[in-house]
Amino acid sequence: MIEGWGRYPRHDSEVLDCRLPEALPGTVSSRAGLIARGNGRSYGDAAIGEHLTLTCGALSRMKSFDQVDASLTVEGGVMLSEILRSFIPRGYFPPVVPGTKFVTVGGMIASDVHGKNHHRDGGFGDHVREIKLVIASGEILTCSRTQNSELFFATLGGMGLTGIIAEATFRLRPISTGWIVQKTVVTENLGDTLQALKQTDDATYSVAWIDCLSRGASLGRSLIFVGEHASPSDIAQMPKAALLPPFKAARFSLPVDLPGWALNRTSVSAFNDLYYRAGARKAARVSLVHWDSYFFPLDGLLEWNRLYGKRGFLQHQCVVPDENALAVLSSMLDRFALSGKASFLAVLKRLRGGAGLLSFPAPGYTLALDLPVAPDVFQLLDEIDKLVVAAGGRLYLAKDARQSRHTFEAGYPQLQAFKELRRTTGADRHFSSQLGKRLGI
Amino acid sequence: MKAIGKTLLLIGATSDIGRATALVYAEAGWDIHLVGRRRELVQREADDIVTRTAAAVTAHELDILDTGRFEEFLSIVSPLPDTAICVVGELGEQARAERELEHAAMVMRTNFEGPALMLGLLASRFAARGSGTIVGISSVAGDRGRGSNYVYGAAKAGLTAFLSGLRNRLSTAGVRVLTIKPGFVRTRMTDGMKLPPMLTAEPAEVAQRIFAVADGSKGGDVVYVRRIWYPLMAIIRGIPEPIFKRLRL
Ligand SMILES: Cc1cc2nc3c(=O)[nH]c(=O)nc-3n(C[C@H](O)[C@H](O)[C@H](O)COP(=O)(O)OP(=O)(O)OC[C@H]3O[C@@H](n4cnc5c(N)ncnc54)[C@H](O)[C@@H]3O)c2cc1C
Repeated sequence: MIEGWGRYPRHDSEVLDCRLPEALPGTVSSRAGLIARGNGRSYGDAAIGEHLTLTCGALSRMKSFDQVDASLTVEGGVMLSEILRSFIPRGYFPPVVPGTKFVTVGGMIASDVHGKNHHRDGGFGDHVREIKLVIASGEILTCSRTQNSELFFATLGGMGLTGIIAEATFRLRPISTGWIVQKTVVTENLGDTLQALKQTDDATYSVAWIDCLSRGASLGRSLIFVGEHASPSDIAQMPKAALLPPFKAARFSLPVDLPGWALNRTSVSAFNDLYYRAGARKAARVSLVHWDSYFFPLDGLLEWNRLYGKRGFLQHQCVVPDENALAVLSSMLDRFALSGKASFLAVLKRLRGGAGLLSFPAPGYTLALDLPVAPDVFQLLDEIDKLVVAAGGRLYLAKDARQSRHTFEAGYPQLQAFKELRRTTGADRHFSSQLGKRLGI
Repeated sequence: MKAIGKTLLLIGATSDIGRATALVYAEAGWDIHLVGRRRELVQREADDIVTRTAAAVTAHELDILDTGRFEEFLSIVSPLPDTAICVVGELGEQARAERELEHAAMVMRTNFEGPALMLGLLASRFAARGSGTIVGISSVAGDRGRGSNYVYGAAKAGLTAFLSGLRNRLSTAGVRVLTIKPGFVRTRMTDGMKLPPMLTAEPAEVAQRIFAVADGSKGGDVVYVRRIWYPLMAIIRGIPEPIFKRLRL
């Protein structure tokens, strides 16, 4: 049995470790119904093979770093945490990072992950220069914007359904410190929040934590965290701080599954209230935050997915275009708040267009929140999805465990081109995940 | 990276422990010679370490069973390293080793003959120079023969005795000789086995312990990676043979 980070759904699938890059061609060409798996941080069923799940964690070697243009070449299973460990002390930061550092480069490309700087710098895929892709025949193709470019753009955000990313080259950005200058903007309702987020479009990083249990006049009240890489003079006021601090190993691991009732409306809404007030007190004050706590606050608590108990949880992440964002997001938030199901991890941010055929990002606002798995949650989400579809939005495949084919097809207009490419490269006969099967990709 | 002008020779570079160990030394600013059986695989590890740490790393191909090449090989590794670590090992299959002489011989030669001869040659060169550290990776399996893996255990016991003799011979020659016994380690070798968490180390933990003992501030000649092995193995060694022979361990 194998599951994603949300622990729902679970499937039977043979699991095979890919030990060496040289084993990839043979394995791929001789098997049907397989999918690559990185570190299993996608929430739902994207990294579960229909018949075989090929774990790529041992493809973990870095290949080269070119100082001249700061480009790094690594195997697909290299973890983001390892890149941070090696390169922050040398003054480089990845161009885009998701909310956890425990993901692989292959997983980041296959999901074309977005960070808090998507509105400015695009997704991870926008910074990938070249990949080496093992396609259905076992052949290894070099793909880039100029070479095998159709396959390149299908693979960015392609959820592993075009082949296995054996290697990738992308650029790092030079940084002079490992600190972030953070400013908190406090908003009192959704209208304010959307407005304020839009106004931070020039900032390098921005993201809103949204109190998804408050209703009425304070529906959509938020704390917006705006960040810039600090300069050495910014941190001069912190006498002993290292300019380029490494990360500390994670401190705690949740040893047991919490019982299902632990996160209920009362506890979560009390948490949200406290959190909002604490943030409001810091309003407009500027603080210096360690890169690890700024980008990866959840990583300090390993296996926090156990918070939600054995039944697991779902994340719902959608993006909706600017035009009707206010109306749509308020009715969505109102439904969530009314149901009392949504949890304390709700974020809102701005996106621009994505790079790949199936890339999730589209211009607009993206809302993401967690909900524990329960019988009535599925119906609630189906209703929310109707609002997303009507607004011309879509759901993020890396987080998805349950959307319907209809919702999916309505949101991804380049799906036909993607399918066609799968046919012509033979990928449709070899690469197949539970997600792909469920959504008919 | 701070270059400190020290060199490590690491034999068995494509093993999980070897890779982790080389990385710890590279991060501390050492230059590294990596040695393994297949050139492409050693090169893959060398590229990895260079990319991660910007250390100076060279890749060499040598089979530990190819003892006839050892002298020639060492003559091209220059400068003579400050520390030499051999992590080569092969668990083999006990049942198969009971039936097939060839398999048993391979296990014995890989765990004893090859590493012992190689480290012996290095030790003599270090002694001639008057300095150097030799690290052999032996095993708790060499502390007492057990029915379930005595071919491997015997070879490791041989290595332990060899290292002990080497240490004895060179104690006044400026050469340190260390015996590391990792206990269970989560590696390719133990993949699929059920391992007791209390007794099981990660490759990185083994690597850090090796570095701390061989080139850091920690002392010791014979080192179990996890301390719990000291009392445990003392007990296992102390069980009288008439009783031990009936135990299934
Ligand atoms: C706490 C948390 C926060 C997150 N925050 C964000 C965020 O801010 N932004 C964001 O965009 N995402 C975010 N995510 C989602 C996460 O970034 C993606 O799910 C990512 O793809 C996970 O990487 P992985 O290596 O674990 O891949 P897996 O989950 O193992 O796989 C994900 C997909 O990538 C494919 N894949 C993996 N390796 C390869 C390969 N070598 N070749 C081809 N395909 C491959 C798989 O087939 C699968 O379709 C978050 C997830 C968590 C748990």
